[in-house]
Amino acid sequence: MNDGSMFPPQCPVPLDTDDTIELAHGGGGMKTRRLIEGLFRPAFAHAPDDFTHDGAVFEAGGGPLAFTTDSYVVRPLFFPGGDIGTLAVNGTVNDLAMCGAEALCLSVGLVLEEGFAVGQLRRVVDSLRQAADAAGVRVVTGDTKVVERGKGDGLYIAMAGVGRVIASSRIAPQQVRPGDAIVLSGDIGRHGMAIMAAREGLGFETAIESDCAPLIDPVRALLAEGVEVHCLRDLTRGGLATALIEIAEAGQVSMSLDQGAIHVIEPVRGACEILGLDPFYVANEGCFVAIVPQRDAARAVAVLCRFSGHAALIGRVEAAEGAAIVQMDTIGGMRMLDMLSGEQLPRIC
Amino acid sequence: MKYVDEFRDAGAARRHADAIARIVTRPWTIMEICGGQTHSIIRHGIDRMLPEGVTLLHGPGCPVCVTPADIIDTAIRIASRPDVIFCSFGDMLRVPGEDGSLLTAKAHGADVRMVYSPLDALAIARRHPDRHVVFLAIGFETTAPATAIAVLQAEREALDNFSLLVSHVRVPPAIEALLAAPDNSVHGFLAAGHVCAVMGYREYEPIARRYRTPIVVTGFEPVDLLQGLYLCIRQLEQGRAEVENQYCRSVRREGSLAAQAAIERVFVVQPQRWRGIGTLDASGLGLAPAYARYDALGRLGVEVASNGGGGECISGEILRGVRKPFDCPAFGTRCTPEHPLGATMVSSEGACSAYYQYRRAQARIRTEESAS
Repeated sequence: MNDGSMFPPQCPVPLDTDDTIELAHGGGGMKTRRLIEGLFRPAFAHAPDDFTHDGAVFEAGGGPLAFTTDSYVVRPLFFPGGDIGTLAVNGTVNDLAMCGAEALCLSVGLVLEEGFAVGQLRRVVDSLRQAADAAGVRVVTGDTKVVERGKGDGLYIAMAGVGRVIASSRIAPQQVRPGDAIVLSGDIGRHGMAIMAAREGLGFETAIESDCAPLIDPVRALLAEGVEVHCLRDLTRGGLATALIEIAEAGQVSMSLDQGAIHVIEPVRGACEILGLDPFYVANEGCFVAIVPQRDAARAVAVLCRFSGHAALIGRVEAAEGAAIVQMDTIGGMRMLDMLSGEQLPRIC
Repeated sequence: MKYVDEFRDAGAARRHADAIARIVTRPWTIMEICGGQTHSIIRHGIDRMLPEGVTLLHGPGCPVCVTPADIIDTAIRIASRPDVIFCSFGDMLRVPGEDGSLLTAKAHGADVRMVYSPLDALAIARRHPDRHVVFLAIGFETTAPATAIAVLQAEREALDNFSLLVSHVRVPPAIEALLAAPDNSVHGFLAAGHVCAVMGYREYEPIARRYRTPIVVTGFEPVDLLQGLYLCIRQLEQGRAEVENQYCRSVRREGSLAAQAAIERVFVVQPQRWRGIGTLDASGLGLAPAYARYDALGRLGVEVASNGGGGECISGEILRGVRKPFDCPAFGTRCTPEHPLGATMVSSEGACSAYYQYRRAQARIRTEESAS
C-alpha cells in the first residue's frame, strides 16, 4: 500500500537552478521532466513506477463508483486557513463525500503562468500532498501546461476524483421528503470572508480563517451510525441559502429554517455587517447540510457535533404548495430566500 | 454581537410594535428616507408588525438609484479609455445606464475595479503612475467626507493621475422637495442615522417647523426602526412636529465637525439631477473651484451627454413614495435583478430589489389571486 518509507516524499530532488516557470516547463522536454522528477513524483508517487506512464491503473473493489471534476481559480492563491492546493483536494473529496462516496484517487492538472515562482509551486504541491494524506486519498496522475505571461493568473488547478460509494441507499435531492430534518454540520461563512479579507486587504481586527477541510469523516460517521441520509450538499459557492434552494427546487419541496439555530462566528458576522453581505450566501469549504428523516435528526446532530461544536438542526422540509421555496423566520414573519442574481457586492454606505 | 443583537431582539421589537399599536388613533403615512432602512424593514418584516393604518413609504435615499443614467453612461465612456483605470463602489457596477453597465464594460475590456473606499482608488493611482485613475464619487453626505479626504490627500501628495466623476447628493433638499410636492402624502419622516452622524440634524429643524412634519433621526436595526416609528407617531398623535434623535448612540446634534469641514473645503453646494425625480436646487455637491483639477470631465475632456431615459420604469414615482414596487406592471416579470429596467431593482438599497428579494412569493400569490 503506502510505500512512503521506500520513497520518502519529504525529500524532493532540487529543481536544478530553476526559480521561475518558463514556457519550456510545459514543453515536454528536459525542463518538464525536471519538474516531474524534482517536484511531482517525490510529492505524489508511492511506488517507484508511479507517474511514469500516461495514466494510472487502480483497483476499485467492485460496487458503484462516484466520479467528479472541478476547477480551482482562487485569488489569492494562499489565504488564511489554506491555499489553492488544499482547496482543490478538499473540494474534490467533498464533492465525492456528498455523493456518499469515499475518494479512491485524484488527478491533478496544473495550468501555470510563465514567470510563476517555483517556490510557490512547491508550496502548493506540498499542500496538495498533505491535504490528500489527511483525506486518505492518493493523487495518481497529473498534467502540467504553461501559458504565456499575462494569459493566466499564476496557477489554475483542474482536479478530478473517483470514489467508492459507501452509502447503502441513494443520496440525492429527489430522496428528500416533507417532514425531513435539515441538519447543518457547523458554522457558516468563514471561507468566503477569509478570501474576501485576504483579496481586498480589509485588515479586520480578528483574522478570519477558511474552514477548508475534508468532509468524508463526518459523512462516514453519519452512515456508520445508521443515519438514513436522504441528501447531502456542501455549501460552497452561494453558501447555505443557494444550496438549500437548489435542493428544494430539484426535490420539489419547500423548507422552513430557524435562523437562530444557524451559527455564524463573531468575526464573520462583523465582517458581513460592515460590508452589507448576507452570511447565508457566503461560501464555505468545510461545511455541509444533511437532510435526514426527523427520527434520525437528533442522532445526526450528535454525530456531527463530534466534528464541530456548531452542528445543529436548522429546519425542516415541507410539502411544496405550488412553487418550491425556502423561507426563514424573522422578527416580523417569514422571509423568503432567493437565488442571488450575481455575486454579492459590498454596499456603499 | 454588541450593538447588533440587542437591536434585533424579537421580544424588544414586539414590545415596541405593541407600544405603537397602543398610541395610534388615526392612519399615518411615514417615509423612511434611506434605502438601507428600507431593506432592513422588508428583510425583517417590520412593516408587517405595524397596526393597520400605519403605512410606510420608501424614500429616495438610495445613492445608486438616484444617480442619473447619463452619469453611468459617462462613467462607461471614461472607463472604456485605454489610459484609464476606473474605480467604483461595488454596488454601482451592475446599474444599467442607457447602454449597459460598468460590469458589461469590464467584460468588454475596460479596466474597472471595485474599491471599498476612495482611498483605495488613490492607492491604485500611486501604483500606476502611467495610468489615469478615475473614482466614481457617488452617495449622500455619508460618502462625501471620504471623497473629500481622498482629494485632500491627493493634493498633499501632488498626485496628478487621479480624478473624480462626482455625483454626490444631499438629503435635506430632497425631503423639502417631497414635502412641497402637491401630491405629498407623507406625515412624518425617519431620517437616516448615518447621514446625521456626519451632518448632525440642525439643518432638519427648520424643515420640520416649516412643513409641520416630525423628523426622527433613526438607526438601521429592527428595534431602531420600531423605536423611530414610535417616536414619530407619538409626535403626530400629540400634534408636535420636531426633530428627535432615536440614534443617539451615534448621532450628535452638531454631527462630525471634522467630516463637515472636509466637505466644505472640497465641495460647493449646487443644483443636482436625481434619477427619476429631476433637478433639485442645492441638492448636490460639486468640486469647489480650487479643486476643479480633480474633475474627471475637465481632465479628460468628456461631457455628460444628457439622454431621455425613462421607458416603462416607474422608479421616479417609487423614489418619491408615490407608488410601491408591486404597483409596477413590469415588477418581477420584465424587470428583475437579472434584467433590471431601473436602478431601484439593481441596488442592494433599492426598494424594488428589497421587494423582489424578500417578498416575491407574496407578489406571486397576489398575481395568482388577481388572475383567478
